[in-house]
Amino acid sequence: MALTLDLTVQCAQMLLVLLLAPLFTGFARKVKARLLRRQGPSPIQPYRDLARLMRKDVVLAENASWLFRVIPYLIFAATWVAASLVPTFRTGLLFSWSADLIAIIALLGSGRFFLALAGLDVGTSFGGIGSSREVMIASLAEPAMIMIVFTLALIAGSTQLSTMAEFMASPEVGLRVSLGLALIALIMVAIAENARIPVDNPATHLELTMVHEAMVLEYSGRHLALIELSASLKLILYVSVIACLFAPWGLAPAGAGVEALAIGVTTYILKLAVGGFLLTLFETSIAKMRVFRVPEFLGVALMLGLLATLLRFVSGSF
Amino acid sequence: MTLTIILVCAAVLLALGPLAVALRHSRAVTQLVYGASMVASAVSFAAAIAHLLGAAAPESITLPVGVPWLGAHLRNDALSAFFLLVVDLGAMSASLFALGYGQHETASGRVLPFYPAFLAGMMLVVLADDAYTFLLSWEFMSLMSWALVMSHHRVPENVRAGYVYLVMASFGTLTLLLAFGLLAGSDGLYTFAQMRAAHPSAALGALVLILALIGAGSKAGLVPLHVWLPLAHPAAPSHVSALMSGVMTKVAVYGFVRIVFDLAGEPAWWWSMLVLAFAGVTTVMGVLYALMQHDLKRLLAYHTVENIGIIFIGLALAFKTHGMVFASALALTAALLHVFNHSLFKSLLFFGAGAVLTATGKRDMEHLGGLIHRMPQTAFAFLIGCVAISALPPLNGFVSEWLTFQAILLSPQLPVWGLKLLIPAVGALLALSAALAAACFVKVYGVTFLGRPRTSAAERAKETDSFSLAAMFFLAALCLVAGILPGLFIDALAPVSSALIGAHMPAQTSTQWLSIVPIAASRSSYDGLLVFLFMVISGTLAASAIHRFASNRLRRAPAWDCGYPDASPTTQYTAMSFAQPIRRVFGTVVFRAREHGDMPPPGSTRPARLTVELHDLIWETLYAPLAVGIGFAADRLNHLQFLTIRQFLSLVFGALVILLLVLAVWP
Repeated sequence: MALTLDLTVQCAQMLLVLLLAPLFTGFARKVKARLLRRQGPSPIQPYRDLARLMRKDVVLAENASWLFRVIPYLIFAATWVAASLVPTFRTGLLFSWSADLIAIIALLGSGRFFLALAGLDVGTSFGGIGSSREVMIASLAEPAMIMIVFTLALIAGSTQLSTMAEFMASPEVGLRVSLGLALIALIMVAIAENARIPVDNPATHLELTMVHEAMVLEYSGRHLALIELSASLKLILYVSVIACLFAPWGLAPAGAGVEALAIGVTTYILKLAVGGFLLTLFETSIAKMRVFRVPEFLGVALMLGLLATLLRFVSGSF
Repeated sequence: MTLTIILVCAAVLLALGPLAVALRHSRAVTQLVYGASMVASAVSFAAAIAHLLGAAAPESITLPVGVPWLGAHLRNDALSAFFLLVVDLGAMSASLFALGYGQHETASGRVLPFYPAFLAGMMLVVLADDAYTFLLSWEFMSLMSWALVMSHHRVPENVRAGYVYLVMASFGTLTLLLAFGLLAGSDGLYTFAQMRAAHPSAALGALVLILALIGAGSKAGLVPLHVWLPLAHPAAPSHVSALMSGVMTKVAVYGFVRIVFDLAGEPAWWWSMLVLAFAGVTTVMGVLYALMQHDLKRLLAYHTVENIGIIFIGLALAFKTHGMVFASALALTAALLHVFNHSLFKSLLFFGAGAVLTATGKRDMEHLGGLIHRMPQTAFAFLIGCVAISALPPLNGFVSEWLTFQAILLSPQLPVWGLKLLIPAVGALLALSAALAAACFVKVYGVTFLGRPRTSAAERAKETDSFSLAAMFFLAALCLVAGILPGLFIDALAPVSSALIGAHMPAQTSTQWLSIVPIAASRSSYDGLLVFLFMVISGTLAASAIHRFASNRLRRAPAWDCGYPDASPTTQYTAMSFAQPIRRVFGTVVFRAREHGDMPPPGSTRPARLTVELHDLIWETLYAPLAVGIGFAADRLNHLQFLTIRQFLSLVFGALVILLLVLAVWP
């Protein structure tokens, strides 16, 4: 009985992130438009876009390989598996012990590896520009993320996200300098990894300002739909990680009843709304950086993460 | 029993060398030598596995060869059995690959006699139980690999590679000789058993650590002693490069582990710091060098340097100081698992490079491209190797990296302040090198196999033969198995860490769903099998749902390229242009990388030129001045040849007087 409930909750989690991801992207676009005094598209427009793309033919370049066709499914699989393991409304998911936070980051890393390969597959210069910039950004964002994971793991005593979230919700956590540094670094890394302003512009149509959009330039139809869905899933994954670690109030503990789960879902949706609003506010108030300012931006995140880890190594009270 | 089987296999391999010379005019000699090497290493592999998994007691044997009053002591304990396993697996797959690759070898008379001897030398190093046998086998292994590096001796860069290799190998053996001399003491006890019984003092142990780090580290490829590696490994034939990178560097790691963990006595508190500092620098420098390369094999050789750094990070954390035995066992298991994993995927990648070299005649990535269409099976196996070496789940590279991170996370409990400051920095360097390695292999795979062919050689490439493909797919399958079922491999390493440290990781057989739990389930766990199954299920679910309910139509058209397609394949990204952002971020400091654009004046029709200037700072600051200094000293000492007869006689007289004085004063 408890097993079926756990299994239902895990499946519900998987479907929830999948269904909410386009809505979150649409909500962020709507808020950005309103902040810029435009009407903006409806928040459910991404659903319509995905449905439209799914119905269309795929137009493949003549020299695209089998890898180019398989990569959207690989990226979607890796991102969806990673997103299913993040506690959004309840900790202690049925399979949360199979991959800890390091494994989740590495799964997102596999998605990025294959996306960069897809950029190089057709042999155009735009794909090359996207892939080379993406791996430069990743080479700094990933170590920063690992240092953040180290800091949080040293505070919480585990690398499992569920255990970390439960620890952060408990009264033992206290206000720590290293947690503050880790939060700032995590926000910077999340912005870089999800190709948001100031690192990359998700709405650009200028090729030389693209990183993510340049890699997927040759994709069309259902492949493009899957890649856009994976990008939305990645964004909602990062917002959920920040929410469950730094705003864990309302998370239902493992084995909770239906009312706790309902409260968990409602607080999660509220957290997403607040997170989307804050993200869009930040994006609207800052300009996109030149490409070679991004390493300095991420270097700051890496140094903050390193400093936070160092503080944890040096003393247990930081 | 298993030791005798292994020694018989080694003897067979040693006999194959002269046999290859005797039969050199026969047409079947290549198949015979490689086939027999494969069988001999397979039998030895089976014996080593039986010893390791059976957790058998160490076996010794003393052969009446070598030094008359000493003989050759050989011993097979858990550590030797594990490294023998690694050596034999590499030898088996290289011989299988060479059954196909060796058909294209032009200088087979220079390769065939030395190849089985090289394998035998590596096996004997791992089995040696006294200093003489160890050093003799070590030098034999170096000499045989030098002969293989020099097999294409008409190429001038191979000659330089062989020379640098010989100098560095001799220097390494000298330091190991000094290390063994210090351990043996003044009584002349050269067997390892006697060295274990004699407990060296702290100062002696420190000296032995430094000498072993230099000697074994130079053979393994620790920075700054790595300079021979990217010269020698590409120069050898591809199956030998795979053995040198994937297996011989591991034999050097074995040498380090044996000397420092087994023979040098109790580790001091600062040993970890020294090894950690060098290992951290090695990891990052190796991958940064690799990112600047566009020669396939040189790039892979630099990656070996990076992975040796990762292995030494694990080894540095494995020193059993302050009684934290479980943390040491975890770190040692992570390091040894990475030894095994690296030998798998590095050999796979070198085999792929060899296949590409045979098919196109080119090693330079800037002349390749689009090979995924011409060589689909090689491309698939090479992709598995790239994903594995980039430490991506669900393959095996991720498992050893994850275990090393877990070992780092246990380290704050160490009371040493230097370690508390150094370990987070090394953790950051490790994470940085993992991200840069993934970047490098996107470059390698994308420029070599994807895109459009840049030269006619790449356009006309043909798939390699079935032996090479069989070897590559065998290693790719092992990479997948080691990633999905890592608990089996961790349990197999338990006897090794028990023997060296006295503790081992908790048994992984009783965990749920075959996950691995390095410390405690509440702390961290990873289930490769489940992650792999989830990915496969969600991918196929998505594919079938979309194909069923949405569209599954597809049509081909010219590439979009934003409406400006360029028919010339030279406009696509090359290896140097792909690495340009990273070169600008990291290379300006580490390599003093500068780009010079030379624009023609208006009216001139000559092309514009872009020159990228890179400095190998380690060579320029350490080796070049050393070479100049040695040349200067040699020039001065040369004058000794041109003295008069009176000066020679006075020199002899002076030496005699000094020696008599020494004899008189010596107590």
